[in-house]
Amino acid sequence: MNRQLSALVAGLIFGLGIAISGMGNPAKVLNFFDPLGTWDPSLAFVMGGALATTAVGYRVIFGRRQAPLFDTKFHLPTTTNIDAALIGGSALFGVGWGISGFCPGGAIPALGFAPWPTALFLICMGGGILLARRLKSLHLRQTA
Amino acid sequence: MMTDFTPLASLFGGILIGLAAVILMALNGRIAGMTMIFAGVLDPRNPDSTWRLAFLAGAIAAPAIAVALGAEFSFAAPATGVILALGGFIVGVGVTYGSGCTSGHGVCGLARLSPRSLVATVTFMVTTFATVTLIRHGFGG
Repeated sequence: MNRQLSALVAGLIFGLGIAISGMGNPAKVLNFFDPLGTWDPSLAFVMGGALATTAVGYRVIFGRRQAPLFDTKFHLPTTTNIDAALIGGSALFGVGWGISGFCPGGAIPALGFAPWPTALFLICMGGGILLARRLKSLHLRQTA
Repeated sequence: MMTDFTPLASLFGGILIGLAAVILMALNGRIAGMTMIFAGVLDPRNPDSTWRLAFLAGAIAAPAIAVALGAEFSFAAPATGVILALGGFIVGVGVTYGSGCTSGHGVCGLARLSPRSLVATVTFMVTTFATVTLIRHGFGG
């Protein structure tokens, strides 16, 4: 129960942060990537604030504790190789973000204040995730 | 479409996003990456989805509650429905192969100084910039 409650609190703060910052507003996000046109540099402040807070917070946590409060270990990614999937997938993500103005972290909280057309984006994103997962597992089976 | 430059609100919102990531790591030992959290819920074999559902519910509920209390968040989606649907699909495929998005790689990964996340973040920032520039200025616009 602790783990669910702490995730709920973190989610509430995350969602509020996205809404206040403007990351859930596709028009604003797209303008960050348009310095030649209707440029809005706000996104740099979102990323800067989030990254600085997380970097300092992680440093304190990992420096002082061997495990989180409600679990036996920190669940950190173990993959370290930089491969075609990482680069190709990230490149593709940028294309989708660039045509829509939505990223996953921006779109989910946006569901709370602009359900439509956010839901359309998220349903299709879910479809993309499921399809890619299936393709990945097929590929793994072939190469195994 | 112009949007207002909001350095203070954006910085404050960004700090809240970071605070959420720190809380989730300190208490649950988990990365606050929206891709992995959302994708985890879509996996029926995943036994540990309840905390993910709680995080997602909180992320959606907080802005909804704020609006109910009188807050206003500006929102405009310049893309058409077809493009939003296509964009959603491409984002879904991309973040699955790329193992993360702006929150997972761009915030949590960079905060851990992960080389993978640095490569991912630089890559998607560049292709997003290229895509927006091509759409807005590439066709004689």
